[in-house]
Amino acid sequence: MKKQIFLLLAIVALIAASCGSGGQKTGKEKQVTLSAAGATFPQPFYNLAFKKYNEEGGPVINYGGIGSGGGIKSLRDKVVDFGATDAYLSDIEMSEMPGEVVHIPTCIGAVVIAYNLPGVTGLKLTPDLLEGIFLGKITKWNDSKIAGVNPGITLPDMNITVVYRSDGSGTTYIFSDYMSKVSQAWNETLGRGKALNWPVGIGAKGNPGVSGTISQSQGTIGYIGFEYAFAQKISMAQVMNQAGNFIEPTLASFTAAADAEMPADTRVMITNSSSPEAYPISSFTWIIMYRDQAYGGRSLAAAEATVNAVSWLIGEKGQAIAMSVNYAPLPKKAAEKAALVLKSITFESRPVLK
Amino acid sequence: MNGDRVIKALLFISSLIILLLSAGIVLSLTGGAIPAFREYGPGFITSTVWNPTSGSEEYGAMPFIAGTVITSILALIICIPMAFSTSLFIAEYYRGTRTANILRSLIDLLAGIPSIVYGFWGFYALRPLLISTGLTDQGFGVFTASLVLAIMIVPYATSLSAEIISMVPAELKEAAFSLGATRREVIFNVVIPSARSGIVASFILALGRALGETMAVTMLIGNANLIPKGLFAPGNTMASVIANQFGEADGLKMSALIAIGLLLFVITAIVNAAGKMIIKRFA
Repeated sequence: MKKQIFLLLAIVALIAASCGSGGQKTGKEKQVTLSAAGATFPQPFYNLAFKKYNEEGGPVINYGGIGSGGGIKSLRDKVVDFGATDAYLSDIEMSEMPGEVVHIPTCIGAVVIAYNLPGVTGLKLTPDLLEGIFLGKITKWNDSKIAGVNPGITLPDMNITVVYRSDGSGTTYIFSDYMSKVSQAWNETLGRGKALNWPVGIGAKGNPGVSGTISQSQGTIGYIGFEYAFAQKISMAQVMNQAGNFIEPTLASFTAAADAEMPADTRVMITNSSSPEAYPISSFTWIIMYRDQAYGGRSLAAAEATVNAVSWLIGEKGQAIAMSVNYAPLPKKAAEKAALVLKSITFESRPVLK
Repeated sequence: MNGDRVIKALLFISSLIILLLSAGIVLSLTGGAIPAFREYGPGFITSTVWNPTSGSEEYGAMPFIAGTVITSILALIICIPMAFSTSLFIAEYYRGTRTANILRSLIDLLAGIPSIVYGFWGFYALRPLLISTGLTDQGFGVFTASLVLAIMIVPYATSLSAEIISMVPAELKEAAFSLGATRREVIFNVVIPSARSGIVASFILALGRALGETMAVTMLIGNANLIPKGLFAPGNTMASVIANQFGEADGLKMSALIAIGLLLFVITAIVNAAGKMIIKRFA
């Protein structure tokens, strides 16, 4: 009996040892595999782009859509090669990271106001109406305030059901950032954040959850990433921008929102843009990584693979893929700023990008 | 024999691991919950505000405790007539027949359906039905969640109750019959009184299951972090808020979520202990 157990233990130990050494060997010989995590908002774009990049001979990049906050946390804990977020890191968040973090914008996305009303299309909304609806002051679809902005549309006598994100989310951050800029009442009560203390409505998990709930129930209204509404063919409202124009959410109107001056560190919110053609709830989405790539025993090969992949993503091919899945590409000026940031990334004081 | 000692040691170690695991869970939950309780004190349990906006952060567990307790109790109330009559049917009226066996297997099948499938069914089938009654706009809310919860806990309550009813000694029933009692009289005057505590315990254990249910509830309750204003108003439960919000949580919010987890652990433990105590008295 004892002998048998010893034999068993010996076999287990042997297997474990051989696995360990085998893993190390293949790790060195094989191409590097990168891991990344973060925002779900650009996930359809990243998934497709990284797949294409791999097919072109690039490394395998595993992207986990765990939310912007999760992306920041993963980078802080150094468990990923790069993170992704829809809300750039605040100065306080930057100072809490173990190393200097840089932001690289990858594309422009937008949050759209999706609704489900039988027989109604082309709904127009002003910031005042959005405030009234999402703060629970306007509760009926045929409210005279909504009808006043939408002459020619017959609005049903239905209760408004607001649908919001029940989980923390960059989408919520972008929407609340816009609302805080255009509505004082919003700014004083809900404020901006990835999760809010909603006074009315129901919560659903993730962009798919909210879009599913809206498409399944009449009388609902909520905010979701553009590509989710587009893919599920949910009606989207035109939103009045700062210049007073009602703007349809389109790739062109998202790009128009990004013509503002961008700081060198690329950290800028472009909601409520003053450009007359701009869709007002647009935003960049960022990849974040450490400026000094020589940390935690990372190899130069891993650092090079990371920077090259992101460089490809903001280059011509990557941006073409972004457009194919309904994200607006970076405007020229923003792409130049992003490339400069990439060039500033170093490994043992030498620039990584050649 | 050496073999016996080895086996004994192995068994001892594996049960010790279970014990250590439970202790570890309690320990890490308590450790994680300390910042929230330090910040808000016992007021954390009674506060009704859940505001995660940075700058005006404030966390209270009451909306979720209320949501959990209301949905679970409501589910139990809906479950009792269904489970009680089914268990009587299986274990007494149609005892040992083919019909009872088929019914029993069907109920066991219900227990095996994953939570997400119940949620799915609730979302696509039950919700439109409730909307068509005109009682609710979107069908999300406490009542819908409770209804699905009730169906989910019926199998647990039924099979335990049926087990206990069939354990009532035949001599007791035969004695009653020999005195000229009818079947109905035997059931209500002999079987139910002697199985009473066991039946109650089975419902308490079913309640324990309802308390922790997550996925189906989160799909149907509406996830509003407020104390529900009515039967058809949205709310949220303790398990559901954790599932929804842990992904983006850190700092105080994470601690508040862990504290809710600890409270849920405590509530479930109390309910289960009560159930076990009643069973013990019966045995």
